[in-house]
Parts: sequence; C-alpha cells; structure tokens
Amino acid sequence: MSYGDFNDNEYIERMIAELRDGGTNVLVGCLDELIEWGRSNSLWPLTFATSCCGIEFMAVGAARYDFARFGFEVARASPRQADFIMVAGTITHKMAPVLKRLYDQMADPKYVIAVGGCAVSGGPFKRSYHVVDGVDKVLPVDVYIPGCPPRPEAMLYGLMQLQRKVKVQRFFGGVNCQIGEEEYEELLRRDLTAEKNDLNVEGEEKHE
Amino acid sequence: MWKEKRSMNSNLIDKITAWEPRAVWTEGGDGMFTVPADGFHDLAGRLLSEGFDFLRSLTGMDWGEAGFGVVYHLEATATGENVVLRTLTEEREHPVLPSVCDLWKAAELNEREVFDYFGVRFLNHPDMRRLFLRDDWVGYPLRKDYDPAQNPLRMSNEVSKDSSPTYELQSDGSYIRKRNVLFEEDEYVINIGPQHPATHGVLRFRVSLEGEIIKKLDPHCGYIHRGIEKMCEELTYPQTLALTDRLDYLGATQNRHALCMCIEKGLGVEVSERVQYIRTIMDELQRIDSHLLFFACLCMDMGALTAFFYGFRDREKVLDILEQTTGGRLIQTYNTIGGVQADIHPDFVRKTKEFIAYMRPKLREYHEVFTGNVIAQERLKGTGVLTREDAISFGATGGTGRAAGWACDVRKRHPYAVYGKVDFEEVLFTEGDCFARYMVRMKEIEQSMNIIEQLIDNIPEGEYQLKMKPVIRIPEGSYYAAVEGSRGEFGVFLESRGDKSPYRMKFRSTGLPLVACLETIARGTKIADLIAIGGTLDYVVPDIDR
Repeated sequence: MSYGDFNDNEYIERMIAELRDGGTNVLVGCLDELIEWGRSNSLWPLTFATSCCGIEFMAVGAARYDFARFGFEVARASPRQADFIMVAGTITHKMAPVLKRLYDQMADPKYVIAVGGCAVSGGPFKRSYHVVDGVDKVLPVDVYIPGCPPRPEAMLYGLMQLQRKVKVQRFFGGVNCQIGEEEYEELLRRDLTAEKNDLNVEGEEKHE
Repeated sequence: MWKEKRSMNSNLIDKITAWEPRAVWTEGGDGMFTVPADGFHDLAGRLLSEGFDFLRSLTGMDWGEAGFGVVYHLEATATGENVVLRTLTEEREHPVLPSVCDLWKAAELNEREVFDYFGVRFLNHPDMRRLFLRDDWVGYPLRKDYDPAQNPLRMSNEVSKDSSPTYELQSDGSYIRKRNVLFEEDEYVINIGPQHPATHGVLRFRVSLEGEIIKKLDPHCGYIHRGIEKMCEELTYPQTLALTDRLDYLGATQNRHALCMCIEKGLGVEVSERVQYIRTIMDELQRIDSHLLFFACLCMDMGALTAFFYGFRDREKVLDILEQTTGGRLIQTYNTIGGVQADIHPDFVRKTKEFIAYMRPKLREYHEVFTGNVIAQERLKGTGVLTREDAISFGATGGTGRAAGWACDVRKRHPYAVYGKVDFEEVLFTEGDCFARYMVRMKEIEQSMNIIEQLIDNIPEGEYQLKMKPVIRIPEGSYYAAVEGSRGEFGVFLESRGDKSPYRMKFRSTGLPLVACLETIARGTKIADLIAIGGTLDYVVPDIDR
C-alpha cells in the first residue's frame, strides 16, 4: 500500500519525529534502514488463538488472503521464536497469567496485536465476571484491530501497520537497548517478588 | 410436535410415580418431575435400567428460597422417550446432592461444572474440583447473590494440584471429605497446552506417561470460559442471541437456530415455511463449512499442510455464499426470533448450486490426496477407539457418536425445521476409531449437499420474518430445544419466570462430552496419537467452556 492510502499518518509522523529526535549517524542510520527493512518483512507470528478470531487468523494464512505475501507466513508454535503475538480472541481471568508468561518468553524486540473486540476491550463479553476488558490491561499493545471478528482484509491492514511501525524504529540504540542492565535486573526482581506475594497458596483451604 | 411429546409422557408419568411416590409432576413448559434428593439416586438407577441410558443435559439451578438443584434431561436411545427430572436441596450454606456419575459418565464433568457455578457438592463423585474457574476463585458465579467484586484479575500463576477432594456418603447419611489422588509422586506427568497448536484453542491436558503410552489424562478447561450463561440472565431475549454465535463459531447458525427454536417454543410461535427452508439450508452450509475446516485442521495437525490449503480454499467459497446473504463471514448472526435477519440474496440459489457442482469432484480429490495416503491410514485406523456404550454413557453425540455406531443425529431423532421432509442418510460406522470419525464427517459433507439440493429449488414464497414485539416475555416454565450442531447435539435449556430476560439459560455444549470421553479413548494409546484423537474429536474450545 502506498503512503497516502493509510489514514493515520499523523500518528506515524509523530512517532518518527520522536524517534529521530536528536539526529542519526549517517552510517548507523543507513544500516538501521537496511535492518528494519529486513525485519519488517519477515515478522513471524506466534500461533496463538483463543477463539473465533483465531479461525479468521488461519484464513489469513490460507490461500486466498495469504499473508505470506508480506512475510508473515512462518507461524511459530514456540514463543521463543516468534516476533509478535496476535492476541486473537477473548482473554479470560484464567488465561491472562498464561498469556503474560507467553509474552515474557518471547525474545525482544517483540510486538503485540490485539485482534477483535474481545482483545481490544472485552467486546460483547465486557460485562462478564471472567473476561479481561482488553488485553492492554495485561500486555503493551502495538496495534489494535477492531471487529467481531475482523475481516481478513482488516487483519492484513493491521499487520501492515505493524510493519510500518517496525520500519521506523531504530535497531542500534533503539528497541534493543531500551533499558540498561541495572534497570532490567531491578524490573526482573520486582516481577519475581510480585509473583511470590500473589501466589494464593492458602487459597485451597480458604473456601472449603 | 410439542403436543405429541406430552401424550407420550403420560404413560411414563404413571410409571415414575409408581416407582417413587414422592415424585411430583409439574406442568409449565416441557414439564418435569421433582424428586426428593434422598430418593433421587434410586430412581435414577431405575430409569437407567429401564433404558434411559443417555443423559442429554445436566443443569445446575439456583431457585433462591427453594434452594439449589439440578435438572436432568434423559432419553432412552432405544425408544426415543424423554423425561425431565429435577432434584433440589434447601441448604444454602453447604448444599449437597447425590452424584449420578456412577450411572451416566456424562455426569462427571457436568457435576463438576455445577459445583463450579453453584457450589453444590456431589456425594460419591470422585473428583470434586472446579471445572472452569481457578482454584483460588472466591464464591460461585452463577448464584443469584454472587458479588463479582470478590474476584479481581489475578496475575499469579496457577499451581496444578495432583489430588482432588471427594465427599463420601456414610451409612448414617452424613458425609466425610477424602483425598483422591490423581497423579502419584513418581508418575511422569507432562503438560500439553493451553498454548499448543494441536489442541485447537486453549485446552490443557496433564498427561501421565509410561514410556510413550498414556496412562492417565486430566483435562483442564476454562481458559476461554466467558460466563455466557450468567450474562444471558441480565439480557433480554433478543439480546441473548448475540452470544450464541460465539460459542461454537463453526456452528454459529445452528447454535442460534437452537436458541431461536427454544424461545419460539416458549412463545408458541410457528415460523413460516420459507424461514424453515432457509434455516435448514443455512445450517447445512454451516455444517459443510465446519467439516471442511475439520478436514483442513486434522490434515495440518498430522503434517499434511497441502490438504490444509485445499480445505481452506473450498471453505472460502461457502463463506462467500453466507456472507452475501447474512453479511458475516464466520459469525453470521442471521437467525432471529420468528425468522431470519434478511431475505436470501438474489444470487443465493445460483451460487449454492454452483458450489455443490464444484465441491463434489473436490471431495474425490481430498480422498485421493489424504484419505488414501498410507501414512494417514496407518495413523488413523484402529487408534483411539470409543465403544458405542461409552459414547452413549458420555453423551458424545455428533460425528464421534455416529462413528461408534450410535444413531444420535438430532435431525432424525427429533426432526425440526424441514429435516422431517428431506431424504438423507444418517452416516453410521461401527469401528469407533479415528478413521471412522474422519470418514463420518467426510460423508456428511455429501449428505449435507444432498439435503441442500432437495431444498434449494423449492424454497416457498412467504415472510422471512415475523413481526415480534421488542420486549418478549416467555410464559413461566422450562423449555429445552436441540439441533444437530456441526459436532453434536447443541441444546438450549431455558427457565422462564415470565420476565423479559431468562431466569436461567443453559447451553448443552457439544464439546464437553467429547473432552469427557477423551480420557477413556486416549488411555493406552501413544502420546503422538493424542493429536490424531483430538483432531478427529473435532471439539471447539469456546463451546466447551462457554
């Protein structure tokens, strides 16, 4: 798609301005462009789907819509080999920690696409007792694709939005080194202790 | 049709009152027997020995002041007789009821579901864990006095336990809590799912292995439990229609058909002949769509990626037809109470006929590419056998039941729409193995095309929708209606108190019995065969979890 065909160019312009703030080294900048060109055209999704949207995601992978045209075809079953996760379907209270764990297992740089009403906001099940109102309560989301379920064309559009986002990022000193080593360790420690506190080990006896 | 059922019941009513004089028959909708809890197990055993071997549906209920209870829908597979029973306990603090899982295996997971929803403990049930919700969930969500604020989102990882509580009845009527060991200390237990490409969604198993032979399998559901039944209690009847499509999304029209039928039955509305024809054709198109997806996914799971593309290529053609009339590809939201959303598209008849002409030779191609393949044959034939008795006891309807030789097709057992008028064959196999389950579905595509061909040229003229009031109130009583979904009997149980929303709405899941029988099928097979077994059972996880 040509640049003019996208209708949210202000957002990407703003993002580019932010990223390019402070200028870029000619050599590193050129290398960056090359790397991002390669990266954006070989994004590998994690085969992850909880419900209806997953079937449409499969349809996008099949012959008629064929996301292989844009370099998405290598769907990985292991989060360790995937670049981005398509959260296709409702995320429930029981699933949310599992999804978080899957995300944590993915290697940086990683992206999240929220597919369908349920992943965007809870969708038709927003008022249910067991549904998370939007996956952005659990993970940082890069692209939202609304619909119930979104049409395959909408999914392709969303995937291409992610490609644009990847293209303007900076690999050197960009996505790969967003936080320092100390900061990373501190975050990790905070994560682990939080887990220990919430583990409801005594929950078993509480309501017997 | 409904009147006929009642007259058949009168004979049975006399018999049951003779066996259990305390059983009270109440009219109101389908009518049901109320049996005191202490005599329930004996009466249930009596009914089983009289041929009521199929537990169609088991529904937990919160009747407020009257207490908690369970509604049982039973059917005799030999005679086709139906009976509805209920039993209840007034105790609200620690409700206890007798378990019937020693009589019907289908009760095992269903009673766990009732425990999960209402906190009713079943005596002598071997495994009284929650089925859908986390073990640390507070309260029981389908109770009328449940407060959702008790359960914020918990991000801690869940710990799976190796034992489960069980409540054993003593001779003096009291009960004691015991511990039932699921997995021993030294057992080799591996985890499959919930994120696994071959579980078709977010189902999770814990499997105990001896070498590569499966010794025990423990399914964990609930990763996509969306609480649809509770949500329905707050919605008006037309609003509830939106949710059924998203249960089993490969049987979206059929699910909605069942709900519309149930509501129409409650209202006493007869839909026009034209609507019946359109609904039947749509159901069959949906079935073809679902079975094509089944073929595609099974092949992909077993490593035949080319066949996956074939299945999806042809499925798109069905989706085009559905989309042109309904506006939806996967989820059509087409049926409404008293009719359908819109009249069929002018091109509908022509396109459907073109599709059938296109599909017939393609099916032969499928058989050449995959069915005859020696690897597929070796992997499917003789693996994962389910006997006819087990299929009935678990209530495993649909292709799984028919592959085991059980004639369980709702379209034949309780004809609805225009199925009574069309001529089609109920595909039956006797082997009960993976290959039979695969062949049933492939043959059903042909049968579905036969049905469509008989109807497509004769769609009568008429109204496509009855004018209904915006607020619908169903007369007090309980109603059950079922259709043959893409993967078995999909039923809707509705209890109305005369309000604009249902008092209780329960969906008989087509997939839950399939997960229940998985342990029986998979025990003793190799771990790699679990993929083929899961593939041929063809469950859809949001339909299991609801």
